[in-house]
Amino acid sequence: MRAAGPGRWAVLAALVVLAAVMVFPFLLVAVNAVKSPADYSSHGPLSLPAEIYLQGIVDFWNRVDFGEKLWNSFVISASVALLAVVLSVLNAYALGIGRVRGRLWILVLFLVGNTLPQEALAYPLYYLAKEVGLYDTRLSMVIVFTVIQAAFGTYLLSAVLGQFPKEILEAASMDGAGRFRALWQIVVPISRPTLSVLVIFFFIWTWNEFFLPLIFLISNETQTVPVALGVLQGEKYMDATMSSASALLGIVPAVAFFLIFQRTLTRGVTVGAVK
Amino acid sequence: MARTKGYWWYLAPSLVLFLAVIVAPFLMNLATSFTRWTGVGTPKWAGLDNYARLIEDERFWQSFQHNVGLIVAMAIVPTVLGLVLAAALFDYIGRRFGTRTAAALRAMYYLPQVLPVAVAGVVWGWMLHPSYGAVNQMFGLRLDWLGDPDLALATVMAVMVWFQLGYPVVIFMAGLQRADPALHEAAEIDGASWWRRFWHITIPQIRPETFVVLLTCTIAALKVFGPIFVLTRGGPGNATMVPSYFSYLNFFQKSNVGYGSAIATVLALVIIVVTFLFLRVQERAR
Repeated sequence: MRAAGPGRWAVLAALVVLAAVMVFPFLLVAVNAVKSPADYSSHGPLSLPAEIYLQGIVDFWNRVDFGEKLWNSFVISASVALLAVVLSVLNAYALGIGRVRGRLWILVLFLVGNTLPQEALAYPLYYLAKEVGLYDTRLSMVIVFTVIQAAFGTYLLSAVLGQFPKEILEAASMDGAGRFRALWQIVVPISRPTLSVLVIFFFIWTWNEFFLPLIFLISNETQTVPVALGVLQGEKYMDATMSSASALLGIVPAVAFFLIFQRTLTRGVTVGAVK
Repeated sequence: MARTKGYWWYLAPSLVLFLAVIVAPFLMNLATSFTRWTGVGTPKWAGLDNYARLIEDERFWQSFQHNVGLIVAMAIVPTVLGLVLAAALFDYIGRRFGTRTAAALRAMYYLPQVLPVAVAGVVWGWMLHPSYGAVNQMFGLRLDWLGDPDLALATVMAVMVWFQLGYPVVIFMAGLQRADPALHEAAEIDGASWWRRFWHITIPQIRPETFVVLLTCTIAALKVFGPIFVLTRGGPGNATMVPSYFSYLNFFQKSNVGYGSAIATVLALVIIVVTFLFLRVQERAR
């Protein structure tokens, strides 16, 4: 029934070539980040390294104090992920289970807030942060992104909690559980799979943010990984090997998250698409 | 209903924060767009001056034209290619070479998506460097990909296709799992070609996913900032200027805060209108 013997190999070959093109930059970065400058200038970016040379990575690491940047990114992203999930749960409890009046408009408001371009908030936020002394602090980014991410989380979670089985909650209230206890002891534990997807998504989205952190985090002590790399790109002292070393340091955490959370992420992408 | 009243308390923290971080700043931005302001001192009321200036500003119109190019690169091309790739992986490779092969290829297409977009810019900035970059070496060229005004936008577009492609592939493959395989098998027995089945069965089945992907990618293309900042800073000349970078420039380098706010307001409006139109079309398609 299935003809086209050689045809299927042609299709496979085409798809494999495309995959190779997609992955090629990653391989190239990895190969060149461990090449000495002399090796790079005599053999170019396409040869394999003559020997493993890690000094480029070490130099770049020390020059930008990369450990500090990693820590900043981690602190901001982790705080946002946890706080935004807490806010999302509180909101979704009121909207999805409490069904407060005007919930549709509140949801629309949150969703519009999440889709607004950050450019339309940037200057006032910058100005306000300076006024209250939060400019150039990690806390400023934690607050802003907690609100932005929670706006999306509320939208997604409200739909999930809207279908929460009523019987369980009724049984709990018969047993004398108040609303707050019902939330923390019943709704949250049962929704844990969805909540963990949200935590991971918020963490990675916040990690990847560039525009507002670029404006707010101007000193070395507060900068995140993408901002530090993005600002350094094209600086005079960056030679070929150091550029590839910096690219590698930007890639590694991102790929690590991807490998650790792969299952959850795929599940989450699917949940997001259907809702 | 006294019962639902107590639930308002759960919304209170978010509403306060939302007001302070989103609503108030947005209104402040709107108000500032009617003023002349350098960022220090008192803003001067200017009425519609900033908007009148926008309409005549060639750079502003160019920046929106570039956005159209980026919508092609970030939304349309990835969606079309993604449909073909997802269908090929799902019901061709998956069935003839096993689902593991299909999943491995999918993961490779998705890999660029895990990067922060600014880091993707760093990677390509290095690869496209005119003197030591890998791309020129590979093809034996001496092109200044990002420095040549005739080439820069096309180059940025190509980078963005690379960056975005994996997202639709993953979403469409997930959508195809939901679809009923019996339809495909029946059509295949009736002798329908792969292309006909793709067009008449696969595409209609994953229409909801297609809408979501087109909408989110179009919004992302309208907002694009990181890769422009890292790769070209809007240059050379205005060759890759986009509204978000244009407003950033006016806010933080030219001290034209009023003008920057007007650009940001127009961008916000465009995004809201686009979202609204998409949702209308989607409703009607149901």
